[in-house]
Amino acid sequence: MKITRKEVEHVATLARLELNHEEVEKITAHLDNILNYVTKLDELDTRGIAVTTHTQEIVNAFREDEVHECLVRTKALANAPQENGETFVVPRII
Amino acid sequence: MDYYTLTLREAEKLLATGEASSIELTESVLSRIEAVEGRVKSFITLDPEKALVQAEAADRQRRRGDCGRLCGLPISIKDVLCTAEMPTTCGSRMLENFISLYDATVIEKLKKEGAVLVGKLAMDEFAMGSTSENCAFGIPENPWKAGYVAGGSSGGSAACVAADESLATLGSDTGGSIRQPASLCGVVGMKPTYGRVSRYGLIAFASSLDQVGPLTKDVADCALMMNIISGHDRRDSTSVDLPVPDYTRALQDGLRGVTIGVPAEYFAQGLDPEVEQIVRAGIDMLRDAGAAVKEVSLPHTEYCVAVYYLIAPAEASSNLARYDGVRYGYRSRQADSLIDMYRKTRSEGFGDEVKRRILIGTYALSAGYYDAYYKKASQVRTLIKNDFAAAFTQCDLVVSPVTPTPAWKIGDKADDPLALYLSDILTISANLAGIPGLSVPAGFSRDGLPVGMQMQAAHFNEEILLRAAWNLEQRAEVKRKKPDLGQS
Repeated sequence: MKITRKEVEHVATLARLELNHEEVEKITAHLDNILNYVTKLDELDTRGIAVTTHTQEIVNAFREDEVHECLVRTKALANAPQENGETFVVPRII
Repeated sequence: MDYYTLTLREAEKLLATGEASSIELTESVLSRIEAVEGRVKSFITLDPEKALVQAEAADRQRRRGDCGRLCGLPISIKDVLCTAEMPTTCGSRMLENFISLYDATVIEKLKKEGAVLVGKLAMDEFAMGSTSENCAFGIPENPWKAGYVAGGSSGGSAACVAADESLATLGSDTGGSIRQPASLCGVVGMKPTYGRVSRYGLIAFASSLDQVGPLTKDVADCALMMNIISGHDRRDSTSVDLPVPDYTRALQDGLRGVTIGVPAEYFAQGLDPEVEQIVRAGIDMLRDAGAAVKEVSLPHTEYCVAVYYLIAPAEASSNLARYDGVRYGYRSRQADSLIDMYRKTRSEGFGDEVKRRILIGTYALSAGYYDAYYKKASQVRTLIKNDFAAAFTQCDLVVSPVTPTPAWKIGDKADDPLALYLSDILTISANLAGIPGLSVPAGFSRDGLPVGMQMQAAHFNEEILLRAAWNLEQRAEVKRKKPDLGQS
């Protein structure tokens, strides 16, 4: 087994996903399959090989530290499921 | 004349001479949609009234002599791009009624050129999938065969163009999501070089892989769309500041002096014999056009699916962390605490494939597993990128099939995610290496299903792709074929 139910539940917690018993079973099987498949990469000796996270030869694209127009509050709140005119409103934290 | 059957260039000529108005053109497209959409199902959002308002404005502009390059031409958009005037759902319940606060850069560009935006198109949820079966708002169908997939994740975009429901569309491509549906639906689709087109306003799936690109009825239209959407954008720090050539000038007859590479690894086991035969016949046509053909090798091809299905989900797990019900989109009403709200919102708002990928990605990045999975994959990614660099010292472009088979029945691969992932093997490498790729129609299977040829080239060499594709198109005689949708 490449991944156990317990690990799937742990990862679900990290990803803020709630899975029911049946989903955990199904997903564990799928993920196990996939993780087994990707062990194929162990066939390759990658010692000393640099990682590629970005395919183009560009570095930090900075801009001048100047204040520009930014999003007005009313617009920022426009899509909110719940808001009080000033901030987004969410259920209590604890 | 059935204006809806025209290409962008043909329609532009008609509007320029005054033979037709944008209103007439748009009405023709809208009637077409009304007639065939029940069968094709490519749209998530359609706004005929708004389309006609835009068409009228375009006609007014044209009368004033103030015309953009797409003035009055009806175009539709994969629902992954932000549009301020129409909802942007990304094919997901998570964004079901979401109205973006701004237009994506590519949308701004289309509008600036006077395009008429008709609607938003069906797609796999958050661009994750190869069939568009993961669309929360209905599955688009292949216009060439009822009940067959249009491909994914830009299935709606491909089906829409193939069915003449718009003159052109935009899609996005992270692992083949433009090229594969283009191939399955018999249209032209291009994934530009990473950084060629701005991702500002493109709802992110995998930030180092995503690109926006056109799906069109022919290669000339593709070149025109590339002229318009390409270019550096200060709002996308991954966009590259290089001048945009006139891609339409690449459409020259003949391929003398061009060397085409045929990667042995792309013609391996599992390739449908009909697909192989059509693509090899296409290679012969390119040879007839004057190209030299040689075999090349991309030795790490067999590893690209494994690399992609670690890197893409990892990046996705990060990008999709923002969907938490706080500021926009779906929020679960069942929650009694903040963390419960996060969990329920995400569990109720996301479909199964999205959850699967978020979980793979989170796992691959988590403490203790990062080196073995994500880092390892990123190193093999370098080897894949180097394979192409080496190949392009031997040839100007590589050609291959786009998918191992033509389109299949909806539901056929639904239970085996890994099998579906493996069908992406031919398109995934381009995204990993950041190189441009396109699919151009090359023929039809005996069942009447389209088969495309894929062409890939070095970074920022879209011109050679367009040139080769155009030459194939002239010779392959598939350009004017249309699917039988039971309409005259």
